[in-house]
Amino acid sequence: MSEKTTYTLPIGPIHPALKEPVAFEFEIEGEKIVGVDLKVGHVHRAIEWIGTQRNPIQIIYLAERICGICNICHPLAFSRAVENIANIEVPERAEYIRTIMAELERIHSHILWAGVAAHEIGFDTVLHLSWAVREKVLDLIEYLTGNRITKAVFTIGGVRRDITKDQYPTINKALNYYKENLGVLVNTFLDDKTIQMRSKNCGILTEEDALKLCAVGPTTRASGIKKDVRVDQAYCAYGDLDIKVMTPDIVTGEVNGDVYDRIVVRLLEVEQSVDLIEQCLDKLPSGDLVAEPKIPKLLATLKKTEGEGIGRAEAPRGEVIHYVKLDGKNEAPYTWKVRAPTYNNLLAWIPMLMGEQIADIPIVAASTDPCMSCTNRVTVIRNNKKEILDNEELHRLSIEKTRRFAR
Amino acid sequence: MTKESLKTFKKSLWVFHMNTGSCNGCDIEIVAALTPRYDIERFGMMLVGTPRHADVLLVTGPVMKNMEDKVKRVYEQVPDPKAVIVVGNCGATGGVFHESYSVAGPLDKIIPVDVYVPGCPPRPEAIIYGVAKVWLKLEEMEGKK
Repeated sequence: MSEKTTYTLPIGPIHPALKEPVAFEFEIEGEKIVGVDLKVGHVHRAIEWIGTQRNPIQIIYLAERICGICNICHPLAFSRAVENIANIEVPERAEYIRTIMAELERIHSHILWAGVAAHEIGFDTVLHLSWAVREKVLDLIEYLTGNRITKAVFTIGGVRRDITKDQYPTINKALNYYKENLGVLVNTFLDDKTIQMRSKNCGILTEEDALKLCAVGPTTRASGIKKDVRVDQAYCAYGDLDIKVMTPDIVTGEVNGDVYDRIVVRLLEVEQSVDLIEQCLDKLPSGDLVAEPKIPKLLATLKKTEGEGIGRAEAPRGEVIHYVKLDGKNEAPYTWKVRAPTYNNLLAWIPMLMGEQIADIPIVAASTDPCMSCTNRVTVIRNNKKEILDNEELHRLSIEKTRRFAR
Repeated sequence: MTKESLKTFKKSLWVFHMNTGSCNGCDIEIVAALTPRYDIERFGMMLVGTPRHADVLLVTGPVMKNMEDKVKRVYEQVPDPKAVIVVGNCGATGGVFHESYSVAGPLDKIIPVDVYVPGCPPRPEAIIYGVAKVWLKLEEMEGKK
């Protein structure tokens, strides 16, 4: 008999629903996780390489398809990088419309996440409740942009669609819907005893770890770090708006950095987004929508431009950075580098999962909002015998834990 | 879909959803089709956690080289009679990623596909229509047996 007391539990490498597939290796001692390792980069779509074959206007279409959920922040960061290189001044009205679109995306993404989180702890009623609430913002997005998911409103130097005065009543109606109905969602998440038991003191990320691992977005704000690109380096119209960094102590009075705090931060941000959109609509200045409406002329200018630029934006999941280099000879950029927020937050899983139980993996992993809708398959090596745990089994373990608490 | 065709079908459709490199756009629309606004579950259709329980394999995204053998294996695990739906432009043609070096090709180069749902991403209504089409196709297969 060997003296080894821990077992290895690999998850992945392919999670079919994950945009950035990862492989976990858990070292487990009974139910307790004592070691976590993860590997990223299994499925790779070569987006950055494709980008070097296309011109900047075509890349905007491609950038929207980096992620179907954050399809505002990627084209926004890319346009800002290119505008940065070519010194294109974006009209003020376009900056406000960009801000409105970015906040609409935040509402839809955070509510989507709330549903997924509820599903992970086996609370499917709340999944359906939150997705029903979410449909309203999709209707609004469709009304303003013509599409439910991919919005296609960005172009280099501005936006492609206007928001007119006669659209205000519909927008206000949708925003009022959120003001009235968010309370239900907030109460369900923050006051429910079962959700509190599953999420409090679970998956803790300390302030120190969050800083060390460069976590971004709501994940880091839930640990009490005031880090938000919208405030730190105000872009678009954020400089003119009344905005503050949301940390959980605003509601609970303390910062624990656990799953509960991450829920609090996201729900606070939905309320904040509704407020920001209203502020934007009030202040919306008149003017042009785009700096250079003639696309061939714009492309010709960009072809002659040489230099490198960085575009930053606060996506629902955290800071996204695009780096672009134009060489002054070709239409296509010489280099295009994208850093998505999930990349930073993946490493934060390691301290979060240490010491937790197997049944907590789904909710802790989901709490950083990694666009993860299903954990595909898990192999448990128990007494040197291989057992396959699939998504359902993991989900079942998670539900059982909730039931134990509910009793 | 006519009333008669609903009557003749033997059981509810169970669907296994597989992502072979999609951007999540189609995936969230599939979940939207399951949730209260569209509520496809009222027809008894549901997503299942393993291909061995499924009647229909629903694939989103271009097939990446790493996923090629996995999609074949999943397809083989679905019991007969089975059908395959591909949701979104990427899976149908390669879409915006067509020239990528890591794309193995559109799905129909790898496994037989019965129904294509185009769109980037398709609306939930289109996805439900696609599933209804595949329903008729499965009935036909059952009839031939």
